[in-house]
Amino acid sequence: MTENVHSHHHILPLSLYFTIAGILFVLTGITVGVSYYDFGSFNIVVALTIAVIKGSLVALYFMHLRYDNKLYGAILVLSLVFLSIFIGLTMIDTLYRGEIQPIEGSVINENAIIYEQNK
Amino acid sequence: MSSSASVNYLNEFKGIKSWLFTLDHKRIGVMYLFGVMISFLLGGVFAVVIRLELLNPGMDFITADTYNQMFTLHGAVMIFLFIIPAIPAALGNFVLPLMIGAKDVAFPRLNLASWYIYVIGAVFALYSIVAGAVDTGWTFYAPYSTTTSTSVISMTLGAFTLGFSSIFTGVNFIATVHKLRTPGMTWFKMPLMVWALYATAVIQILATPVLGITLVLLILERAFGIGIFDAAMGGDPVLFQHFFWFYSHPAVYIMVLPGMGIISELIATFSQKKIFGYKLIAYSSMAIALISFLVWGHHMFTSGQSELASVVFSFLTFFVGIPSGVKMFNWMATMYKGRIKLDSPMLWAMSFMFLFAIGGFTGIMLGAISIDIHMHDTYFVVAHFHYTMMGGTVIAFFGGLHYWWPKIWGRMYNETLAKISVFLVFIGFNMTFFTQFFLGSQGMPRRYYNYLDKFQPLHAFSSYGSWVLAAGFVLMAYYLIHSLYKGEKAPNNPWGALSLEWQTQSPPVHHNFEGEVVLDHDPYDYDTRMVIDDKLIKK
Repeated sequence: MTENVHSHHHILPLSLYFTIAGILFVLTGITVGVSYYDFGSFNIVVALTIAVIKGSLVALYFMHLRYDNKLYGAILVLSLVFLSIFIGLTMIDTLYRGEIQPIEGSVINENAIIYEQNK
Repeated sequence: MSSSASVNYLNEFKGIKSWLFTLDHKRIGVMYLFGVMISFLLGGVFAVVIRLELLNPGMDFITADTYNQMFTLHGAVMIFLFIIPAIPAALGNFVLPLMIGAKDVAFPRLNLASWYIYVIGAVFALYSIVAGAVDTGWTFYAPYSTTTSTSVISMTLGAFTLGFSSIFTGVNFIATVHKLRTPGMTWFKMPLMVWALYATAVIQILATPVLGITLVLLILERAFGIGIFDAAMGGDPVLFQHFFWFYSHPAVYIMVLPGMGIISELIATFSQKKIFGYKLIAYSSMAIALISFLVWGHHMFTSGQSELASVVFSFLTFFVGIPSGVKMFNWMATMYKGRIKLDSPMLWAMSFMFLFAIGGFTGIMLGAISIDIHMHDTYFVVAHFHYTMMGGTVIAFFGGLHYWWPKIWGRMYNETLAKISVFLVFIGFNMTFFTQFFLGSQGMPRRYYNYLDKFQPLHAFSSYGSWVLAAGFVLMAYYLIHSLYKGEKAPNNPWGALSLEWQTQSPPVHHNFEGEVVLDHDPYDYDTRMVIDDKLIKK
């Protein structure tokens, strides 16, 4: 077991960790920076894009996902896909809750019995 | 051939402790079997009580409140305690390692833990029955579930706990299928039951945590009023339905997929013919697993969700019909020109095809928004649901139980009584539930205690059907229990099947196989192999 773990162990140079940490700090700075600008409905897109980049860096380098078995990466991506399906399809409801399509059809036969009764 | 005094997993270790602390997947499967059969009995009694009360309009013998509790308990017990664990945890546990030529599952201790968690969940559920049975329906919809005075918390805590048991089983099966297949058994040489259990395990792991979170939110809402499902506090009751069905729609495939796996085994074995379209059946299991995550909103067409969402979900729902249809046609093509033997497991399998087809077609009907808005919350939905879940999963479960019974216990049951039992269940089932399609389409709402006089004849007929159905199951209980004591000794391979579980003795030894497992054929090589007197020979 130990041997198995050891054979997959990948030692990265310390400089890489510091570089990644530096990038994370810069991205944090950018997050704070962009908060002073109003992109309208794109606010959340900008903030989330930066957050996703940061999260990916942490997972890839600090958590060694990049050097690990590809299966783990696939599982991570798959779970994110499922989360986005879950939230995405739910938002199709919550974002458009009140919107009702206009009636586009028309009466085929105005003399039909169903209309007779209402007269 | 082993002698009648042979050592096997049932008699190698003795005493209650040897069962409670066992790590043997076969014994854990048997313990699950015990649990799910008791739950089935309990849920069945609730069902008969419901049908008895509905014999006439107005009060027959229970009050309206008791009636609400009865149908809730029937649903919750049948879903969470019986049908979800029935095939994967009970039968699957027993046959999966045998089918892939393994000695056990990948994590035997986790397997035992899952059984104990199942028991703990069952205790919570039983406690809630005693402490003021839930009356919300098994779906626990907010806002009623957050306000009713019945014991929602203990029942949901039970379902939450049972979810972990289900996840543990799923994790275990995935690891087992990936790591413990016998040398030579590639992915496309696995029996289709294994594919089905694998697809089921994927859903169990991906969907069940969402149910867990949802039920915890419901408990927090009830206990502390956090307001997530309360519109007055800025919450959204419809959100509960989204959360609930994101699990519970895939969950119906947790229930039916392993059933379809069983049917694939039965159809091939009793047609003595290579299964038609092996790869497509395998892929369709995975396709069903994936599509099942995209369709939950079809339960919510009348909930007030956005029109756009309803249209999207309705569109996606129709896709489920494709892989299900692929399976149906492949089974039929397998039977075509096969040497069909009408032993009782095959009769269950053919009942499944007939009943599940009706369940599937009415599902397509209900997936269309215009029809669903008309039929929603009527008996039509109840009938559709029972045709898929009972006509599908439960029938498949009993088919599998009869098929593997000789392997599990080393005893044969009375075949004549078994055939009578299938017949009674099939007739009783259709009497009970086909009637409900008429009731529903005429406007009889589901879950109602009282009804208009014009519905009485159909309700009465449905209730008579439930008695025939019950008689079928009582008869089955009789001959199965009888076979344990007086049954003829079963040969190793009574059905002439080619998959690996039949290559070992009945019942199997503690480590499943004596010596190395030799795999020199596919599980459905009936055109080149045959079994005569337990011996596998080349044609």
